Amino acid sequence: MSKHTPLHAAHERAGASFTDFAGYDMPVRYESDLVEHHAVRESAGMFDLSHMAEISITGAGAPDFLDYALSNRLSVLEDHQAKYSLLLNAEGGVIDDLIVYRLSPERYLIVANAANRDSAVTALVQRTAGFDVVVSDESDEWALIAVQGPHSRTIISEAGIDLPEDFDELRYYRMTTGTFNAEQVLIARTGYTGEDGYEVYVSNAQAQALWDELEASGANHGMRLCGLACRDTLRLEAGMPLYGHELSLDWTPRQAGLGRAVVAKESFVGMPALEPDPTDARVLVGLVGEGKRAPRAGYSVRSIAGDTIGEVTSGALSPTLGYPIAMAYVDPQHADVDTELVVDVRGSDVGVRVQPLPFYQRKKAAL
Amino acid sequence: MSAVPDTLLYTKDHEWIAIDGDVATVGITEHAAEALGDVVFVALPNVGDSISHGAIVGEVESTKSVGEIFAPVAGEVIEANSDVVSAPDTVNADPYGAGWLIKVRFTEQPDALDAAAYRALIGE
Repeated sequence: MSKHTPLHAAHERAGASFTDFAGYDMPVRYESDLVEHHAVRESAGMFDLSHMAEISITGAGAPDFLDYALSNRLSVLEDHQAKYSLLLNAEGGVIDDLIVYRLSPERYLIVANAANRDSAVTALVQRTAGFDVVVSDESDEWALIAVQGPHSRTIISEAGIDLPEDFDELRYYRMTTGTFNAEQVLIARTGYTGEDGYEVYVSNAQAQALWDELEASGANHGMRLCGLACRDTLRLEAGMPLYGHELSLDWTPRQAGLGRAVVAKESFVGMPALEPDPTDARVLVGLVGEGKRAPRAGYSVRSIAGDTIGEVTSGALSPTLGYPIAMAYVDPQHADVDTELVVDVRGSDVGVRVQPLPFYQRKKAAL
Repeated sequence: MSAVPDTLLYTKDHEWIAIDGDVATVGITEHAAEALGDVVFVALPNVGDSISHGAIVGEVESTKSVGEIFAPVAGEVIEANSDVVSAPDTVNADPYGAGWLIKVRFTEQPDALDAAAYRALIGE
């Protein structure tokens, strides 16, 4: 029996198609994944991400604990600042990728992938020995609503949330608090679409009311309700890794192009990730093709000479760009930009070329 | 609830068949189109191809997944719908009309489900 988010009834009323994702019955699309994708790029889209895991870290030892338990230096975060980080195992493999927010000097919020909730909580709890810290899985207490796209700030501003005066100046990877129906909500300028946008953490009790307000506000600005199908094509265009595809215990952060998320510290779990990979270790690259046939996860990548040199991790016909895009792990001698390669698309050869990530980059606004 | 017109025959592979004399027009059902999501690529067999019952003769791809087109009857492809190749979203917009895929002159009567049996298959 799949779990439901507090917004499930709203999705049913809106005519969503559902898919099982990490044990949750989640909207895969409402009407058209292409329309939803384009809405995020051109105006705005709203996603229910309440399946994601929220883990609180509290106590005087929290900054030191996070530096030990995670891959980069979290003790330098200021209040209301966020950082992308990795949860590594002792060998340097990736247990999960997550975002850490500092709410106050002794309280942090970690947002982890729904599918990795249990393994992330378990690993974090195991690492608490010797630290004055409490790890608490608050996933079932929070709903999460993302509003993404160029009109997202206006939509949030007009949704009946009592916002701080300087909300318009909230920077990327920062968060603030607002009040909605007399309850505090956390609003972060983060996302997983390659577009400007916000993620709003709200109690389960107020989730439905906030969703309705945001939907009404968004209706004036071309916003669409968006499912997980377009979330995947949006993040792929933005070159963002998806755990289970580009990230796993089997790839090191450097192989995944995330070496910057691992910082040399006195001691932390996953220190081997600081070591250089073997020179023959495969690396993650972007691939672009011609025509309409997309490489997909699991398809083999070959050199022009015909040797199997890699495997696709994600791929789709890019809705924004109109040509096939994919990410793949390939042998390092075939990873240079503009290298011509071949993907076996269900028995027929499709030519591709290595291209730097991301495939799509939004025009940066002033803020 | 997806539409399952009473006038058509169906396969367990979620294709529909319209019989006119010895010619079968073939497409995918609305149920199949909805499950795929927005269709972005269609590959069809060539006119003149001889196809055997159950063989994979084409593909319907959405952004999320790939569906194969199985020949629901044995015979010769006498027409392939070039409109859906150039505008794949026609498969979503009008699966039982403009979104048809191929016409096959068949050599033996197809063994197919009626609308009631197909509705039962998809649980509607």
